Amino acid sequence: MILINCPYCGEREQSEFTNGGEAHVIRPKDPDTLNDKDWGQYVFYRSNPKGIFYERWVHSHGCRKWFNAVRDTSTDTILKIYKLTDNKPDISEFQSSLKSPSGEPAVGSGNFAVKK
Amino acid sequence: MKKKYSILSLIKNAFSNNENWEKMWESPEPKKGYDVIIVGGGGHGLGTAYYLAKEHGIKNIAVIEKGWLGGGNTGRNTTIIRSNYLWNESANLYDHSVKLWENLSEELNFNMMFSQRGVMNLAHNEHDIKEMKRRISANRLNGLDTQWVDTKQIKELVPIMNTENLRYPVLGAAFQPRGGVARHDAVAWGYALRSNEMGVDIIQNCEVKDIKTDNHKVEGVNTSKGFIRANKVAVVASGHTSVLAQTAGVRLPLQSRPLQALVSEPIKPVINTVVMSNAVHAYVSQSDKGELVIGAGTDGYNSFTQRGGYDVIEETVRAIVELYPIFGKMKMLRQWGGIVDICPDASPIISKCEVKGLYFNCGWGTGGFKATPGSANVFAHTVAKDEPHKINEAFNLERFSNGRLIDEHGAAAVAH
Repeated sequence: MILINCPYCGEREQSEFTNGGEAHVIRPKDPDTLNDKDWGQYVFYRSNPKGIFYERWVHSHGCRKWFNAVRDTSTDTILKIYKLTDNKPDISEFQSSLKSPSGEPAVGSGNFAVKK
Repeated sequence: MKKKYSILSLIKNAFSNNENWEKMWESPEPKKGYDVIIVGGGGHGLGTAYYLAKEHGIKNIAVIEKGWLGGGNTGRNTTIIRSNYLWNESANLYDHSVKLWENLSEELNFNMMFSQRGVMNLAHNEHDIKEMKRRISANRLNGLDTQWVDTKQIKELVPIMNTENLRYPVLGAAFQPRGGVARHDAVAWGYALRSNEMGVDIIQNCEVKDIKTDNHKVEGVNTSKGFIRANKVAVVASGHTSVLAQTAGVRLPLQSRPLQALVSEPIKPVINTVVMSNAVHAYVSQSDKGELVIGAGTDGYNSFTQRGGYDVIEETVRAIVELYPIFGKMKMLRQWGGIVDICPDASPIISKCEVKGLYFNCGWGTGGFKATPGSANVFAHTVAKDEPHKINEAFNLERFSNGRLIDEHGAAAVAH
């Protein structure tokens, strides 16, 4: 279980929150002019990085407010929490803990963050 | 040389304390190039190599695995096999698999411990009953053996179940007698053994770092053991598929999440079928060793940590204890997580893509184990012929732009 620092209520257990998927996905301005492929990209395709991920959360069992977070999906470390009105933090602010695309140790499978 | 396992070889090796068994497959250094490279040495990947060699005459194949064979989701699932899916496309695909499972031990001369003990999906409310009866009718039209069982019949099949004194009473169930469980390691090892005999190179502890393409054509893979050229690259990397796809410039509609399972201490046989309940988030079966094998749900957020949150386990165990009060005092031995890749429609992608020579078999989400032989079989066809098999035609990538989704969330809710 991870702890999430709600910008309005403070640190609470993750089970109080609901994840809202990738953040900063912009609805196309003029959907009528899009072809099926591009519309499909907007509806069904989301980033799924191992490493730094921008995502939305809502404090469903608390203040019920939405906010954004930057999390390292390979370790579940939350790197930054910011309000919806704040600008998207630049990726160069964060250091990726990944040593290879899969982020695995040279030998063996599993989570290196746990193994170390 | 074909290795044969029989009662005689068992007796012979018992005399030497089981220390002189021959190695099942070789571990060669990678060659400079291959006709086909399969990324991912789980059941699906090794099976693909087997069917490519056996049915399509392609022998110059390498299976590249970053860890050990079957150490990913093949070794982490709850080994449930069934085919009671709603839509025709899924029923055909999953039943193709069940039919292959039925003969797999014989075909590979390796004991899959496939036990068709039946799979039961419980109904807890009016909506469940209606939805399940609809699914049973759809299954029967597709020639599947699903049937409705009432509470009295459930009690006969699973006497230890509490059907009445609980918040969500058990009102009936959909039962597929041909469903069951199999041994997860055996399917990976069996395919590895037989494909290695046909000349497939199995390369473990070698991580594919990226897929090299040139002008929308695949050239090979960069690995921790250097660059390996390939005419075709088939990616079967479950949770990490989208990470690899990205290195080839391909975007897939997948989200990776941890899925957890746990086993209890071993006890005498108490439950001889697989019981699943989508509504209360619990499913359980008993392994041949006597452990209860319990599947939990996925976490509500993307992660690659192979752990999962404790609240997910708590929810499942709560439901298990209410359904089976006699498990209340049991100790759990182990808990683990695997990273599953989930598609928006809870159906897999077995398809080629815009890069020539690059193929994906992914998106199995929370339920790929049951499909191992069937998926490998049709994927091998797709890779060899550069066009889909009749069975996996609908499981293409185009469905996310033309809208022909195969929505199996109903069949998938907890235990896909």
